[in-house]
Amino acid sequence: MPPDSQQTDRNLTLKDAVLEAMFEEMESDQNVILIGEDVGAAGGVFKQTEGLFETFGADRVIDTPISESAIFGLAVGAAMAGSRPIVEVMFGDFLTLVMDQLVNQAAKVHYMSAGGFNVPLVLRTGIGVGGNLGPQHSQSLHGWLAHIPGLKVVMPSSASDAKGLFKAAVRDNNPVIFMEDRMTYNLKEQVPEGEHIIPLGSAEVKREGADVSIYAVARSVHTALAAAEHLQVKNVSAEVVDLRTLAPLDVETIVASVQKTGRALVLDGGYQSFGITGEIAATIGELAFDYLDAPVMRLAAPDVPVPFSPALEAMTVPSAEQVVAKVTGMYGGLD
Amino acid sequence: MTDNLTPDQNSAILDRMLLIRRFEEMLIDLAGDHNFGHYHLYIGEEATGATVVESLTETDLLLTTWRNHGHLLARGADPGRMVAEILGRADGYNKGRGGTLHLTVRDVGFLSTSGLVGGAVGLASGAGFALKQAGEDNICVVFFGDGAMEEGVVFEAMNLASLWSLPVLFVCENNNSGAISAQEGGFPSSEIAASRISDIPKSLNIKSELVDGADVAAVHAVIAEAVGGMRKGSGPAFIEAYTERWPGSRPLWPTQATGVTQLAAAWDPSLITGEYAGWIDEFDPLIRFIRNQLDAGVLSQDELRERDSKICDQIAEARAFGEASALPGPESALDGVFAA
Repeated sequence: MPPDSQQTDRNLTLKDAVLEAMFEEMESDQNVILIGEDVGAAGGVFKQTEGLFETFGADRVIDTPISESAIFGLAVGAAMAGSRPIVEVMFGDFLTLVMDQLVNQAAKVHYMSAGGFNVPLVLRTGIGVGGNLGPQHSQSLHGWLAHIPGLKVVMPSSASDAKGLFKAAVRDNNPVIFMEDRMTYNLKEQVPEGEHIIPLGSAEVKREGADVSIYAVARSVHTALAAAEHLQVKNVSAEVVDLRTLAPLDVETIVASVQKTGRALVLDGGYQSFGITGEIAATIGELAFDYLDAPVMRLAAPDVPVPFSPALEAMTVPSAEQVVAKVTGMYGGLD
Repeated sequence: MTDNLTPDQNSAILDRMLLIRRFEEMLIDLAGDHNFGHYHLYIGEEATGATVVESLTETDLLLTTWRNHGHLLARGADPGRMVAEILGRADGYNKGRGGTLHLTVRDVGFLSTSGLVGGAVGLASGAGFALKQAGEDNICVVFFGDGAMEEGVVFEAMNLASLWSLPVLFVCENNNSGAISAQEGGFPSSEIAASRISDIPKSLNIKSELVDGADVAAVHAVIAEAVGGMRKGSGPAFIEAYTERWPGSRPLWPTQATGVTQLAAAWDPSLITGEYAGWIDEFDPLIRFIRNQLDAGVLSQDELRERDSKICDQIAEARAFGEASALPGPESALDGVFAA
């Protein structure tokens, strides 16, 4: 049974919301399988796949050797031949090992074959900074992936969204990268029971505001929401737009928000150089320039590897205080 | 060594080999009239592809790397639509999006041509995995060259296939010309530390055979046995099909180094001349197979000429079809990145 499914209290962590989505999708479609390192009897290194092995068995919940490239390649080939695999890559950093099969194969199969073949799969991976995991277990490479035509990139910020987006991802006929920031794994909220689908490509305004729009995904949405509280005290009404998916990108919602507020800050846990903050800022500049009362600002991770020491690591994560400072700077400073 | 194939099978294999040879020879000429970029020919390796497909059923799946024309033709892909694709035309199998390097043909179960030499091998384990999950006795065949053995994903994919007993037939077509190429300063060939490529899968407990890839009967013997076992659930198998590289593939762009094949060379030694006479006489799989069939008394010179003439007509038609096909509308470049 999925965790908490019998509970009347539907307060689930993000991790359990995704797990519930997996239970439901595997239950309703025999072609859905889960492949990855330690996803089987061990239930995942973060217990994120707990119970699936016992319920669906070793034929559909498959433990693999430490062969990220071949595991993902296997999922691509299986998807082309009729399966709907969910592949888990334990750390987003390990996507580096998957790149040929992801970028040269999966992303191009549908296009290169002129629609002859599809690759319906979900690549699920944990990303982000936290827990002092060091430079090779802390990266946020979503901008890198969103750069590739043919890949969809999903980044939930909350448990309810995670469930709805994950179910949509499993049912999508394209390769979908589902990236969860590990620091959001245990965030709880009410999660709808059963059928709950959030279409890929739909951003959501998480907090309404009138003066400035803050755009973010995943963990950064919570940073933005915390900053909005501080800004309220300074009489700045901040709107927080959760992009939810980078590809497809909900340009309409992005533009509509800044048309209302006239100011925009793009916030991201990925690197600033050539990352998503530049992309969103340019989109706003192109489509909403006439509505802007100030230049579009960016706040992203500094361009350094993520260091190990607790004293250093925090420097690489944009903070609510920095968001507040950036926004107040747009007004020439506020007290 | 023809007793393991029926006359009908031998006849079908010969037709496929002729079709491939004439198609590839036509392409060299076509490349003179059109610029379609870098391409790779299967001349000298026809016996392998034309014979492997003899052991397959319609519902088996195939993948290959970029020396792919022979595999596709052997499997029954339409030569006209292949020419159209190679020329980047709208009637091509992939509407001009793939070209020679990425031909795929869903109708005949051809999942992929990978531009990365080992790339298709990773996908092949997946196709085998899905076939096994489906519970039928279908198999997946993946063709790749000796160079693919230098890429890591091949090792990983073979490991998975062995661990999970997947019905994947790994066909490594080794046309490594080794020292010859190096001496002539030609296009580099593969460099593997193992004494023999076919030794490598053995360490992963994959049944592995080395076979003369230019010998139809020998290829059929090892493939039929491997495929028979795989359909009964014996897990993957690896075949290294060794051929002596066709001299025309040594330069960066293929050339007619051995001329347009004169089939009569099979019985008239005076026709085997020139710098590469040795290759034609000893290593050309088509000449070898024709000799074999003539010697066995199951083929006559007249019958061969007649069949060749028909196939040459078919290739001429394919070329005409491809050249007559329109270019795709430029705006179609922006369509179909995602599936619905």
